Amino acid sequence: MALSALFLLIFLLQHFSINLISVFSADAFNEVSHFMGTNPLVQFVMQPILMFAVVFHFVMGFVLEIQNKKARPQKYAYYKGSANASWMSRNMAISGLFILGFLAIHMWDFWFPEMQYKYIAMNPEDPTRYFGELQHKFGDVWRVLVYCITFVFLGLHLMHGFQSAFQSMGANGSRFTPTIKTIGKWYAIVIPAGFIFIALFHALNGANH
Amino acid sequence: MNLTLKIWRQKNKQDKGRMETYPVSNISGDMSFLEMLDVLNEQLINDGKEPVAFDHDCREGICGMCSLFINGEAHGPGREITTCQLHMRSFKDGDTIHIEPWRAAAFPVVKDLVTDRSALDRIMNAGGFVSVNTSGNTIDANTIPVPKADADKAFDAATCIGCGACVATCKNASAMLFTSAKVSQLALLPQGKVEAHDRVLNMVHQMDLEGFGNCTNTGACEVECPKGISLENIARMNREYLSASVTGE
Ligand code: HEM
Ligand code: SF4
Ligand code: FES
Repeated sequence: MALSALFLLIFLLQHFSINLISVFSADAFNEVSHFMGTNPLVQFVMQPILMFAVVFHFVMGFVLEIQNKKARPQKYAYYKGSANASWMSRNMAISGLFILGFLAIHMWDFWFPEMQYKYIAMNPEDPTRYFGELQHKFGDVWRVLVYCITFVFLGLHLMHGFQSAFQSMGANGSRFTPTIKTIGKWYAIVIPAGFIFIALFHALNGANH
Repeated sequence: MNLTLKIWRQKNKQDKGRMETYPVSNISGDMSFLEMLDVLNEQLINDGKEPVAFDHDCREGICGMCSLFINGEAHGPGREITTCQLHMRSFKDGDTIHIEPWRAAAFPVVKDLVTDRSALDRIMNAGGFVSVNTSGNTIDANTIPVPKADADKAFDAATCIGCGACVATCKNASAMLFTSAKVSQLALLPQGKVEAHDRVLNMVHQMDLEGFGNCTNTGACEVECPKGISLENIARMNREYLSASVTGE
């Protein structure tokens, strides 16, 4: 669980960096996307690892959730969860479910068309197509809205998840745990807020074209 | 103080059980929570009714026998205290107080507020000890030098009284805080190193067999633990478990 989560944290940072480029330069974004889309190492090694990590993470997440529900068959009549634990930590399955729902849309939006374009229709690679595709997707108000809401939930998921993954791996000590917690909080705010910013940026800019 | 108590009543393991309401009056703020229940029970006995069964022994916060989930929290609203150390001055005149037994698949209700916590004993039996030959000349443990910092941490872990509040409060009914305290108190000392690998593997295995849930690091246990056992112990147990799984045979 924690290993797949740590991998996802690194992946998310990488994904964010590439998306951020699209704000500054359409050409640079095209170039990086072209590299990611055609490099065999990325396509045939990293991509399957990522898929495995995502599927493993959410399947294990739900398995844990079900086992944990079973560990208390008779509920308390009065249970004050907020007295001793954060909302985020108590509702990882809910924030995770939002992310999962979004991932389904996300795959439908970007990944299936991409696979269709490259490997089924066997279109010749056009290294300049990516930016236009991106801007087109963000032209839809509903998509942007769903996108923004999801990233709020991702932020909540990571607000607990980041430091939790370290604790699960046994990394807890008075020297570095406060630092991990601080980095985790910033990560959980900055990365999702950044994704939202990028979406809004293209939504508003696209509308001007 | 006059109070309304909503208490879980259950005749035996088979009975379905239900919450029942009892008024109590003339409760002094200086009474402990258990003394308040004694007042209720005296009243019930005088009325010819069955008194409420609840666990207790030392009544000074050291044995870990008292339990009770009070107004949604293990050992009630106080911090780093057991139920026997909770005073009625924490409540106001006219309050309604919910009192329930620890709830976990691994802690079946025996009667009313009494649960069977022997699952924790079985975790101890699985490895919470060091094997020392006690026949003949027993060697004084103090002859083995222990760094002060390690001794302090081991002692902190050893203050766990096995009350089960960590399990009761955890949304997953996980026994990780208890088990990790019991793993840590030995893992930190030279005497405990010899059996460290088997200990952590066996104790965690027993913990899973008993039907406790999985830790998701919400940290509720640490907040509700009457002895302030730290989450650091859970991380230590995770480390011990990882290294034992990788290097063990
Ligand atoms: C596919 C949708 C997802 C679902 C259904 C999901 C579900 C869950 C669940 C139920 C947990 C709780 C387990 C625990 O607290 O230990 C969890 C933990 C976690 N998740 Fe997710 N998650 C999803 C996506 C993500 C993504 C995209 C990331 C990061 C980029 C992420 C990062 C984390 C982290 C860091 C933890 C803590 C792991 C630990 O403490 O061991 N999750 N997830
Ligand atoms: S860790 Fe704390 S709450 Fe859990 S059994 Fe020990 S003393 Fe009780
Ligand atoms: S009765 Fe012993 S700790 Fe409360």
